[in-house]
Amino acid sequence: MKPAPFRYHRARDVEGATALLAELSDEAKVIAGGQSLVAMMNFRLARPGHLVDITGLRELDHLGVGADGGLRIGALTTHHTVETAPADRLGAGFGVIRDAMRWIGHLPIRTRGTVGGSLAHADATAEWCLLALLLDAELVAHGPRGRRHIPAGEFFFGYYTTALDPDEILVEIVFPRPAPHAALTEFAERRGDFAIVSAAVDLAVDGGDIHGGRVALGGVDAMPVRVPAAEAVLADGGSFRDCAEVAASAVDPPSDGGGSADYRKHLIRNLIERACEEAMSR
Amino acid sequence: MNDTTGLGDDVQLITLDVNGTSHEVITAPRRTLVDVLRHDLGLTGTHVGCEHGICGACTVLVDGLPARACLMFAAQAEGARIATVESLADSGTGTGTGELSDLQRAFTAHHGLQCGFCTPGFLMLAQGFLAERPEATKEDIREVVAANLCRCTGYQTIVEAIDACATARRSQRAAGAEEDSCN
Repeated sequence: MKPAPFRYHRARDVEGATALLAELSDEAKVIAGGQSLVAMMNFRLARPGHLVDITGLRELDHLGVGADGGLRIGALTTHHTVETAPADRLGAGFGVIRDAMRWIGHLPIRTRGTVGGSLAHADATAEWCLLALLLDAELVAHGPRGRRHIPAGEFFFGYYTTALDPDEILVEIVFPRPAPHAALTEFAERRGDFAIVSAAVDLAVDGGDIHGGRVALGGVDAMPVRVPAAEAVLADGGSFRDCAEVAASAVDPPSDGGGSADYRKHLIRNLIERACEEAMSR
Repeated sequence: MNDTTGLGDDVQLITLDVNGTSHEVITAPRRTLVDVLRHDLGLTGTHVGCEHGICGACTVLVDGLPARACLMFAAQAEGARIATVESLADSGTGTGTGELSDLQRAFTAHHGLQCGFCTPGFLMLAQGFLAERPEATKEDIREVVAANLCRCTGYQTIVEAIDACATARRSQRAAGAEEDSCN
């Protein structure tokens, strides 16, 4: 189908974009890569009266490790840019982020889709949302009242719902520290489809021993979730298998067209163990 | 850039660089890139399938990288270099001999199509992919063609066509390098 009519505005700077959003209120949507929004508009699931195109704001297209050791990625950076980033720009210990990119859609989606767009869209199975939660990222939002840093744990409210105000745009995501022993894996019926379940772990490894770790899941709730019970197993020196079993018992996934709750638990058991092994072998 | 034409709220003037030629188009903001290519510029080689990014029939190159022309508004393509399937053959510029490119010939030789509806999308996907990844293995190619839907071939012949093209390009480059080192 074709999208409903709208007015198109091309933002020249971040201030202008947020001022326009404030003026247009909830009639406007921000468009960047458009890989989710244009599909929704073509289906007329979304009918914004105004689009504010921020793709011209090249200052939001950047990627690099800061002096504090954190990885800063501009909101307009495409998945493909991250996927093909040279090791010296991505920084040691952030390989988990680069390797997760291959799970996002397909190549022609990754060349256009952006990091910020994915986070702001907040699909429950989106890889960026899972990475943000797992690695304790900070999301930087800019609005008419200035800039604020939102911890990933407070950013996702539910299906396609985030802490962003209608007149704010996401400008940057900051991964505060390297995660040399982390991995993300997932399962979909066909390569490039939305994951039925995705699993990610970040192991705390010292001298070859595991001292704990973080465990996060996508596709089991309205937003990515951490699984404290499974993290406790890692902290207590339990096996990857036990960690995976406990995670599967700790969550209450939905039954829907993607699969039954039991099937999702089966996936969780396998995917968490696989992610732990991948993370350990890094 | 709303209402830059003075023709009303719903119309805008955009300049698109398509296959090396600059085009000025007066169009509505809701027009996707694929619709402007087909309806305004008459470049009907790019096909429209699902219009929501699933099938890949509309794949074109945007600044050299494969992208879905149904998931971009034409206005968003301003300032980018767009390449469509018409750019592949030598006749793409209007002055050539009409000879098909090596990639297109490989699709013919390996029966990489049956009905042909998906073919322009597969060609542009492969063109962009091989430009960036000339060393791609058959396994890499198998994974990348999952981006597009073909209901005729079962993909085997498409994979073989792209792999044959990549292999031939690699041996040509190796031969060229050898010749250079002899001189």
